[in-house]
Amino acid sequence: MSSADVTGDRHIPEPDPAKGDLAPERDGPRDTGMDDASLHRWLERTWRTPSGIVGALSSVDHKVIARRYLITAFVFLGLGGLNAVAMRIQLSGPQRGLIGPDLYNQLFTMHGVTMMFLFAVPIVQATGIYLVPLMVGTRNIAFPRLNAFSYWIYVSGGAFAWVSFALNMAPDVGWFAYVPLSGPEFAPGKRADVWAQMITYTEVSSLAVAVATIVTVFKQRAPGMSLDKIPLYVWAMLVTSFVVVFAMPAVMITSTFLILDRLVGTHIFNPAEGGDALLFQHLFWFFGHPEVYIIFLPATGMVSSIIPAFARRPTFGHLGLVLSLFAVGLLSFGLWVHHMFATGLPKLGASFFTASSMMIAIPNGVQIFCWLATLWDGRPVIRTPLLFVFGFFFIFVIGGLTGVMLASVPLDLQVHDTYFVVAHFHYVLIGGSVFPLLGAAYFWFPKITGRMMSERLGRWHFWLAFIGFNAAFFPMHLVGLWGMPRRVYTYPAELGWGNINLFISAGALLFFLSFVLFTFNLVHGALKGTSAGNNPWDAGTLEWATSSPPPSYNFARIPIVTHIEPLWAERETLPVATGLRVDARELLISTVAEAHPDIREKSATPSIWPLFAALAVGGTFLYSIFTPWAIVWGAAPIAITLIGWFWPKGDPEDQE
Amino acid sequence: MKHRVAADLSGLPTFGHGPHSPTWWGTLGFMALEGTGFALAAGAYLYLALSWPAWRLSAPQPNHWPGTIVMILFVVSLVPNHVLHRHAKQCSMIPVRIGLVVMSLLGIAPLVVRWFEFPALNIYWDTNAYGSMLWVLLGLHTTHLITDVGDTIVLMVLMFTRHGYSGRRFGDVGDNVFYWDFVVLTWIPIYVLIYWAPRLG
Repeated sequence: MSSADVTGDRHIPEPDPAKGDLAPERDGPRDTGMDDASLHRWLERTWRTPSGIVGALSSVDHKVIARRYLITAFVFLGLGGLNAVAMRIQLSGPQRGLIGPDLYNQLFTMHGVTMMFLFAVPIVQATGIYLVPLMVGTRNIAFPRLNAFSYWIYVSGGAFAWVSFALNMAPDVGWFAYVPLSGPEFAPGKRADVWAQMITYTEVSSLAVAVATIVTVFKQRAPGMSLDKIPLYVWAMLVTSFVVVFAMPAVMITSTFLILDRLVGTHIFNPAEGGDALLFQHLFWFFGHPEVYIIFLPATGMVSSIIPAFARRPTFGHLGLVLSLFAVGLLSFGLWVHHMFATGLPKLGASFFTASSMMIAIPNGVQIFCWLATLWDGRPVIRTPLLFVFGFFFIFVIGGLTGVMLASVPLDLQVHDTYFVVAHFHYVLIGGSVFPLLGAAYFWFPKITGRMMSERLGRWHFWLAFIGFNAAFFPMHLVGLWGMPRRVYTYPAELGWGNINLFISAGALLFFLSFVLFTFNLVHGALKGTSAGNNPWDAGTLEWATSSPPPSYNFARIPIVTHIEPLWAERETLPVATGLRVDARELLISTVAEAHPDIREKSATPSIWPLFAALAVGGTFLYSIFTPWAIVWGAAPIAITLIGWFWPKGDPEDQE
Repeated sequence: MKHRVAADLSGLPTFGHGPHSPTWWGTLGFMALEGTGFALAAGAYLYLALSWPAWRLSAPQPNHWPGTIVMILFVVSLVPNHVLHRHAKQCSMIPVRIGLVVMSLLGIAPLVVRWFEFPALNIYWDTNAYGSMLWVLLGLHTTHLITDVGDTIVLMVLMFTRHGYSGRRFGDVGDNVFYWDFVVLTWIPIYVLIYWAPRLG
């Protein structure tokens, strides 16, 4: 397609201004024909985040918000990791007295909750918040204030959980908080309420990000980026966002029902009054299984970005990979009952879910083979990001194999609630998500900071992580098969599990140390790394077309896309579009399928109101664990802050 | 990297209605996730109803009249809602202002009747699971109703100020019309579940 087709003659549905009651458009200077230096001055003045504390708190720049998300999620990873280290020290020998059962219950619950809700989901979404607008060639995410709001809600949810932990009030009912254990009868006090409301905070936040991501991908793609030219990472984030939209409401419903049962005496999960405890598990896992893919699919997108850059050729089987993403996203909703094989389900139902659990291995297999073919046919350059991708292959495939084993009901019943399951899901989650994420960190760090991380330390980091991880988690398969149950704070010496647990703890410590090294490499790279330049890996997607770190406005002129790897197709000069205003935050809205230019839309200006709205919403959630009237009293501040958020302030962005 | 100008965007409009506008897609996204919430709550109700042989658990029948009146008000409101939509697309201020006043009133009216719906359920939320689910379903829909009425009123006030003379604001009116359709549409299954499903048992 030639770039002339992009704006070719076609009907533009322009309303006739003579007919409507519209203020005349106040035009401003455009970028057409402007020299690069003045263009930069104008755009920087229009798009920059204001200085000062209030300015920083008002930021709506997707890169600023994403950076905050990434750092916060990384802090929660550290905290969740410390939970794990504490548990591993307690389990390193039989009958150790370091941690009692009550604290241990809080530790494993906080570990799970932190890793799933405060680390894994936010960090993959944060990566998307940073990269998706750059990869589709736009200047900000859709609904930038909603995006800022989502961050404040996320931080307050995380702080709420961890302050509760400091107050000895952390949830102690497991990350899935099954009733009746978490119900009013068996969980007095506020611990289970903390679980329920922490869920609500974090889900509100990820739902908001999901909607913003979907609209960014649908409506803000650079001219020419028709559906067949969308990068695989963007496809992965799009499919993930859809999974979030349809899965997360389930856990919000679950946690709301739970808090209603606990707070106002409804009987939804109470079998004595016509409720049902298993309903909780159905609702929870209708979210909980897709959750695994919410974490995993973005990681596959990262792998699909890293592999072509280092294999030096476009991905093999692009269409197959996109269809696999769809298939995995869809099938992820048909598997939830395999978490409930031990609940005495009808046999036919169990067989159905066994079959669907095995079926999802097919699209995942397709993905793996496409990546291998890309590497096979390319001329791979082995750098740290690619090493982590190799680690991902190895670990994730093992996790997938034990997954196929667990899909079989008889085996599942044998190893249910043992360390075999713990080993399986850590292979899947750490192998399938954390290893690609670490590779992605090395890959995109130069874009975010403008500096390179150390390659030598990166290799050390990889091997330390790889060996530490396998030493910690592989023996768990064995100890699980020997019968060691999950969630026990200790075990008697006579069972003979002491030595292997000591070995596991040593591996866990090694794995933790690999993250210490990683942190050092991050800080060292950010302060002292060599300068990266725009495109240090000579990769082909649009985020590499702008400077590192990107300016506040991302692209001086909106790029035009002619190929799936645009920068490989246009090595000399990048085709761009002009005609946007430079004195107002104007960006291009395009059509969903063909990405034809459609509207010059104004993007929202910085605002403090999303923070106030998040405080009002967060305060209401917090108060609501004490009294249901919180919803009534909280409604007024929420309404006021939302009106403040949406009411036009007379900026050029509010006109037209 | 050097740039080569290959397209000119200067002639594009600065706003669009319906699927042209990102806000429309955002509204659709929120409808999708809220609709999922409705579907799951309804699913939970049916799960419990089918688990117990004598559902309603010997509670009295709900009085359907307040709910039916709300249903009638909703259906009636669709007409001015879509007239408003047409005027919003034409960006004509006076009819849009009138339409928003009418729609605010037609939003408050079912909200008033809704107040009488809760006692007409003839059961409290803490009596048994049947009562809990009725209150949950009605409460869930009421939350959406309140939110949209609030939004409509704020938008109405906005359209009476100088900020109203903007294509984007007329686009917002269109999205408000769209969301009201969603509030009306979701009431149909909830209404059937609350008032007519128990009569089967």
